[in-house]
Amino acid sequence: MAVTSRPTTERPLDVARIRADFPVLSQTANGKPLVWLDNASTSQKPRQVLEAMRVVYEEHNANIHRGVYEFSERTTAAFEEARAKIARFINAPAAREIVFVRNATEGLNLVAYAWGRDNVKAGDRIVTTVLEHHSNFVPWQQLAKDAGAELVVIDVDDEGRLRLDQLRRELERGARVLALTHTSNGLGVVNPIAEIVGWAKAAGATVVVDAAQSAPHTAVDVQALGCDFLAFSGHKMLGPVGSGVVWGRASLLERMRPFLYGGDMISRVSVERSEWNELPWKFEAGTSSYVDAIGLGAAIDYLTEVGMARIHAHEVALVEHLLPKLLAEDGTTVFGPHNVDERVGVISFDVKGIHPHDMATLLDREGIAVRAGHHCNHPLMTRLGVTATTRASMYLYNTIEECDVLVDAVRKAKKVFGL
Amino acid sequence: MDDLYRDYILDHYKNPRNFGELEGATHQYHDTNPLCGDEITMFLLVGEDGRVQDVHFTGRGCAISQASASILTDEVKGKTLDELKGFDRDHVLQNLGITISPARIKCALLSLKALKGAAWGLTAWPGEEPKEAAQGS
Repeated sequence: MAVTSRPTTERPLDVARIRADFPVLSQTANGKPLVWLDNASTSQKPRQVLEAMRVVYEEHNANIHRGVYEFSERTTAAFEEARAKIARFINAPAAREIVFVRNATEGLNLVAYAWGRDNVKAGDRIVTTVLEHHSNFVPWQQLAKDAGAELVVIDVDDEGRLRLDQLRRELERGARVLALTHTSNGLGVVNPIAEIVGWAKAAGATVVVDAAQSAPHTAVDVQALGCDFLAFSGHKMLGPVGSGVVWGRASLLERMRPFLYGGDMISRVSVERSEWNELPWKFEAGTSSYVDAIGLGAAIDYLTEVGMARIHAHEVALVEHLLPKLLAEDGTTVFGPHNVDERVGVISFDVKGIHPHDMATLLDREGIAVRAGHHCNHPLMTRLGVTATTRASMYLYNTIEECDVLVDAVRKAKKVFGL
Repeated sequence: MDDLYRDYILDHYKNPRNFGELEGATHQYHDTNPLCGDEITMFLLVGEDGRVQDVHFTGRGCAISQASASILTDEVKGKTLDELKGFDRDHVLQNLGITISPARIKCALLSLKALKGAAWGLTAWPGEEPKEAAQGS
């Protein structure tokens, strides 16, 4: 579990200073100071990101890759600079392997369509897991149906860890593609991708990684992971909504047909035929959300300056504080492994006798935003035997004090329900 | 006292009336709230006179959805199917007697939706019916 090895030498974050960069964090909700613990759903945005976007809109807005005038050139340069920042952030070999999409969902669909439909044939095996968010499950389930392929879904153990024995065995039986998440959005459990990729490669499988929950919180290095495609959303990592990335190996992207057809993705169109633009623009039809992409570039700058290892260490410290306090509450179940080395800052819990929606409503009264529901994880919820959980998910700006506010609010909720 | 989780709401949640399957039901309908996974199944036993002789429900979910189902079933007995058709969103919300935020409205209305599904095969969310259905055509 190299990803989660606890860095002990990191300087702690100056959380007060970080919080000052996030205007929304000084708001109140229901008259209480906002406690934003729904980061796995979306993160808040620092001024630096908002400022980068304001500069484009107010100072040099123009469509990219089209105008021959100065504004278009400046905006295009900023857009391509954002691409280069993202390539460095995930250690991609080349910026042309970075494709801008709206979010991880679109990126994963791009792979399932543009790679999957030409490469997955009848009788092929598609291996995925019960931990997947619907965005990395449903596209493969539907592709399996369309192609006549077999969908193999790997189970978890009772603590929510991927059944590595089962996964290895199924990969040894052969697989055309392995689609799996780096970090579970529902449980916060981390999968040992690099180890798994070794088995997948031995089986000749192409590996598609959903990094929507890992890229915001840990250092992600696509070359160290060894995967073939990797997708994440910008809005979960301080960037604007509408920004997302799918990375793919150039050798694969070059052989793929486009996902969407239209402007900017062609090199030449005649009445009879069309030729495609070079990477990555072959996959960026129509006007990209270029201002959002530039905003994501600013978010990457922010995260890089703070340092991903420090952010991860901070979140682990919050989990180490919160987990035992929640577990000490009567009737409380925390899903996923209780060993902090196996998880990131996502705590999914349930208090017996209080439905998660009621819990979330009562926490909202205390200004706390959490997610209650199935977290787009139906197969996982079914496996755990629950319909919903309450999920508190942390980020670099959350504090120990906020964890205590949460625990107090859980106690209050129990009182309301007479527990 | 809490303004949403009032004593009678929590009482209906913890001790639901008319809970359990109904043997010999003439009408039955299962529905879910895809947002949160709450589930309700409504069972009706309708006599030859067209009146509801008995009503039961099963389900699981939040206090609002389960208390709403319990309260609703209490007033359905003895009503005709035609009378049930007249039950609407406002009726259920008024009967609950609490102010529900927009995010939780569907929790409160799931039981009525399942009841209308059982009685009339109607599948729209109460308050969001297409015009023809609202006019009772």
